[in-house]
Amino acid sequence: MIKIAKRLRLLALGIFLSLSSFAQEQTEMADVMRSNGKIYVVVAVCLTVLIGLFIYVFLIDRKISKIEKES
Amino acid sequence: MKKNWWKILSLILLIYTIIGGLLFKVPRLPILNETIRNLYFHVCMWFGMMLLYIVSFVYSVKYLLGFQYQNDIKASNFAKVGSWFGILGYLTGIIWVSVTWTTQQGQTLATVLKEPKLIGAAIALLIYGAYFVLRGSFTDIDKRARISAVYNIFAFVMLFPSIWIIPRLVGSLHPGAPGSDSGNPALNRNDLDENMRMVFYPAVIGWTLLGVWIATLKIRLQILKDKKILN
Repeated sequence: MIKIAKRLRLLALGIFLSLSSFAQEQTEMADVMRSNGKIYVVVAVCLTVLIGLFIYVFLIDRKISKIEKES
Repeated sequence: MKKNWWKILSLILLIYTIIGGLLFKVPRLPILNETIRNLYFHVCMWFGMMLLYIVSFVYSVKYLLGFQYQNDIKASNFAKVGSWFGILGYLTGIIWVSVTWTTQQGQTLATVLKEPKLIGAAIALLIYGAYFVLRGSFTDIDKRARISAVYNIFAFVMLFPSIWIIPRLVGSLHPGAPGSDSGNPALNRNDLDENMRMVFYPAVIGWTLLGVWIATLKIRLQILKDKKILN
């Protein structure tokens, strides 16, 4: 009887240990960048590039419209 | 300005894509980690390419129905911008592959690049590359338009086996292959996280509209250039 109880206790401990280790297994993400706000810098840079390119395309668009009107 | 609303829509959607794409919540997945956000950029390039190629295909069919030179200009320029999107999709894919597919069993980039999906995509892009070579080899405008329209239809049809069907029949690391237990990760409801869909679909529309905008600019330029032929 004692043997079985011992085994059960061991089993419970094993399950508990594996569960706790499973919970700790966090997938690595850019949490640091989020916590110190540096991700916003990346967003700002990307937005600047995007808006800059859009302005460029828009200017080309306007230029073509002008030539279309002339001819 | 009234006609230009979709250009502004494209800008707004892409601003949303960058803000949402970099800041919104994404599922925490091993190996992928933050690179899951590439979905808003890499996958959108392929979607944009596909949609632009569809437009190009439609104009090629239209050309063959009426033999209007304008339709040939439209077909070729949509194909050009579509190919740009495809090349960008391929390059971004390589970057993504180099950090996610090579981490586990000591593969090198050279071994993982022998992927059915990548080879298929390369074949598809090369077929479109041949379309431009074919166009360039004609001096007669009508002949060029006619033959390249027929070829464009062939190229479009070849897209389906090379990038959609074959990579899904054979094992591939790319999502959508039989080994990866997912259907179409971008379109299947069960394969894409709810939060990610909120950014992904607007992103697809935004990038595609940008492609259409650039294509219309190229078309207008070409029409201006060929004014004498058109009238």
